[in-house]
Amino acid sequence: MIYINLLIAYLKIGLFGFGGGYAMLSLIQHEVVDVIHYGETQPWLTLQEFTDIVAISQMSPGPIGINSATYIGYKVTGTVLGSIIATIAVCLPSFILVLIVGKILLKKRDNIYIKSIFSAIRPVVVGLIASAALLLMNKENFPDYTISIVICLVAFLLVRYAKLHPILIVILAGVAGYLLY
Amino acid sequence: MSKSISKTIFELFLTFFKIGAFTFGGGWVMIAMMEKDIVDKHKWFTKEEFIDNLAIAQSMPGILAVNMAVLVGNKIAKKWGAFYSALGTILPSFIVILTIAIFFVTINDNPVVERVFKGIRPAVVALIIAPVFTTAKSAKINIKNFWVPLSTALLITFCGFSPIAFIALAIVYGIARCYFSNRETKTE
Repeated sequence: MIYINLLIAYLKIGLFGFGGGYAMLSLIQHEVVDVIHYGETQPWLTLQEFTDIVAISQMSPGPIGINSATYIGYKVTGTVLGSIIATIAVCLPSFILVLIVGKILLKKRDNIYIKSIFSAIRPVVVGLIASAALLLMNKENFPDYTISIVICLVAFLLVRYAKLHPILIVILAGVAGYLLY
Repeated sequence: MSKSISKTIFELFLTFFKIGAFTFGGGWVMIAMMEKDIVDKHKWFTKEEFIDNLAIAQSMPGILAVNMAVLVGNKIAKKWGAFYSALGTILPSFIVILTIAIFFVTINDNPVVERVFKGIRPAVVALIIAPVFTTAKSAKINIKNFWVPLSTALLITFCGFSPIAFIALAIVYGIARCYFSNRETKTE
C-alpha cells in the first residue's frame, strides 16, 4: 500500500508542481509531513527530517525535486524500489505533457488563454514558496530563540544581498552549528 | 535503430548525465550549463530555439531541467532521445542521493552530525525565504494583488489546505477570465 501511496503522491507533485523547485517544496511538504496517507497511521516524515532533506538536496548535484523524491522514497519504504517509484512518478506527468503539449505550445505561445493562465499562477507560486518557509519556522528548527534566529537572519542576508551560493551557506551554517551548540 | 541514431542518443545521454552530475544548486544553474553544451558545443539548438524551448519547459509543471532535457532530446532523436536525455539528467542525482539516504540513516544519531544540522536547519529556512522576494518581484506583486500570495500562504500554513487546490484554482480562474473578457469584446 505504501508504494501505491508514494506513487500517487509523487504523480500529484509532478503534475501540479508549477514554478520551480522551491514552489514544489510546498507540495512535497504537504504530502510527506502534513497528510496521513490512506491505510497509514502517521505522516511519512517529521518537519525536522524534511528540513534535513532540503539541506542535503542543496548540497548534492541535481534538481531539488529529484533529490527529495529519491530520498523520501527510500526513507519511507526502506527500499531502493521506493526511491525508483517516487523519482519516476515525479518526472512522468511532465515528461508526457512536454512531449504532447510542448509542440503545440511552441506554435501558440501568444495564445491569450495560455498567457492568462500563467499570469494567474504566478502570484500563487509566490504564496506557495512563502508557505514552505512559514511551515519550517517552528520549534523543531528553532529550538532556542537566540542562536538559531541569528543563523537564519545572517544566512538570509548572505544569500539575498551578498549573493553567496546556497551550498556555501549550508556549509557555513553547519560549521556555526558545530561551534555554537 | 540505425548506428548514427544510437550514437546521437548516447551523446545526448552523456551530455545530460554530465550536466546532472556537476551542477549543484538546482534548476537554473543546470540551465546555464545546458546552454553552453547544447547551443555552443553541440549546436543542437540555436540560441533563439533554446530560449523559446526554455519558455515552454518553464510553463510546464514538474522539474525544469528534466523538461528541458525532454525537449532537446525529442527534437534531436524523437521519443527515445527524450527518454535517454531525461534519464541522463535524473541518474546522477538519483545515485548520489540514494547513497546518502542509505548511509545518513546510520550516522543520524551521531552527536557531531546533530550539532551540525542544528546549525543548518535555520539556514535552510533562510534559503527558502529568499526566493519569496525574488519571485514576488518577477510575478509583479503589488498592493492590488498582494492578497493572492498572502492568503495562499496563510491558508496552506495555518488551515492545512492543499497547495494543489490553489494551483488548480489559478488555472480555472485564468481560463474563465480570458473566456469572459473574450465574450464581452465580441458582444460589444
